[in-house]
Amino acid sequence: MYIIIIGAGKIGYNLTKLLIAEGNEVLLVDRDRNKYNQLVKEFGEAIFYGDGCEASTLKAIGASRAELLVAVTGLDQENLVACQVAKILFMVPKTLALVNDPKNEELFTDLAVDLTVNTTSLISAMIGQKLNVPIVTPLLTFKNLGIVQAEISDTSPAIHRQIKDLALPANSLLIAAIRGSEAIILKGDSTILPNDTIIAVTTREQVSELRKIL
Amino acid sequence: MKAVILGCGRVGRLMALFLVEQKWEVTVVDVNPEAFGDLGEGFSGKRVNGRITDEEVLARADVSSADIVICLTADDIANLMAAQIVRLKFAKETVLTRVRDPIKAGAYKELGVRTICPTTMEFEMMLKELGMKMKKAKGG
Repeated sequence: MYIIIIGAGKIGYNLTKLLIAEGNEVLLVDRDRNKYNQLVKEFGEAIFYGDGCEASTLKAIGASRAELLVAVTGLDQENLVACQVAKILFMVPKTLALVNDPKNEELFTDLAVDLTVNTTSLISAMIGQKLNVPIVTPLLTFKNLGIVQAEISDTSPAIHRQIKDLALPANSLLIAAIRGSEAIILKGDSTILPNDTIIAVTTREQVSELRKIL
Repeated sequence: MKAVILGCGRVGRLMALFLVEQKWEVTVVDVNPEAFGDLGEGFSGKRVNGRITDEEVLARADVSSADIVICLTADDIANLMAAQIVRLKFAKETVLTRVRDPIKAGAYKELGVRTICPTTMEFEMMLKELGMKMKKAKGG
């Protein structure tokens, strides 16, 4: 699949390597001439010098046949506009943006960006884990729905209880438990055990309620 | 009436001074505090220092009580993001946005952002001065 990555910072660089290794056709785009010069030896034709927010750049790199555009620059306004231009003018079916400022996450999901990744909330969730606070880590978001991951501690109020007995918020669903090396699809009579990793779907508003229950 | 002007460059300043003269309450926002200098000491409006793409800065500029918001920084991308924050987070409809790139100006109109493109206007005015007319592209 043809994937465009905007922003050759650490995330863009590593993501490009990873996706190429997986056999994808990847093009990394950056508007910094120095960065381009540094990376062109390594990436050859897989890196392009240009402004990913400009329609002329996206046209030159054949964005209309891309299946995914990933915008991971350090500036939220660039990530937003690159995704929107790709969507509106080139009909790119899926766009993903890095959200540098967590305040912008809702804005992005409401505005033509399919998926957002918010490093600040990921890191704060990891800190929460170190401090032994029950945590719910966002994995993917779509509009106001999110797929989240929650680690079940041995002090969790949910352990040794069946899903149907948990007072789950109305728009939340526990999908699966990762238990050791096994993934189990959860049903009403499934029981939650300590050290399970629960995968759930929930809305942005209900994340904190879900956190209390788990 | 209240106006918030994002970006205190040449046009932002003209707009701010004009609206103050019309007895409007005016707030000017700019990331560079030196940009406020040319407004003059007697400028009665409010000055807010900060990035226009930061929701907190827009809240400090009291965007929610504004009748109009005009995005006039030199950065198209920042103007477009600010305009969308104002529309979505502050539920304001009267937002004008300068976008120098004609392609983005057109594309964002489709998203309901009211854009004004100085590039196209300048070009058309030049043609007019030269007594020339642009041929309409086929299909409008």
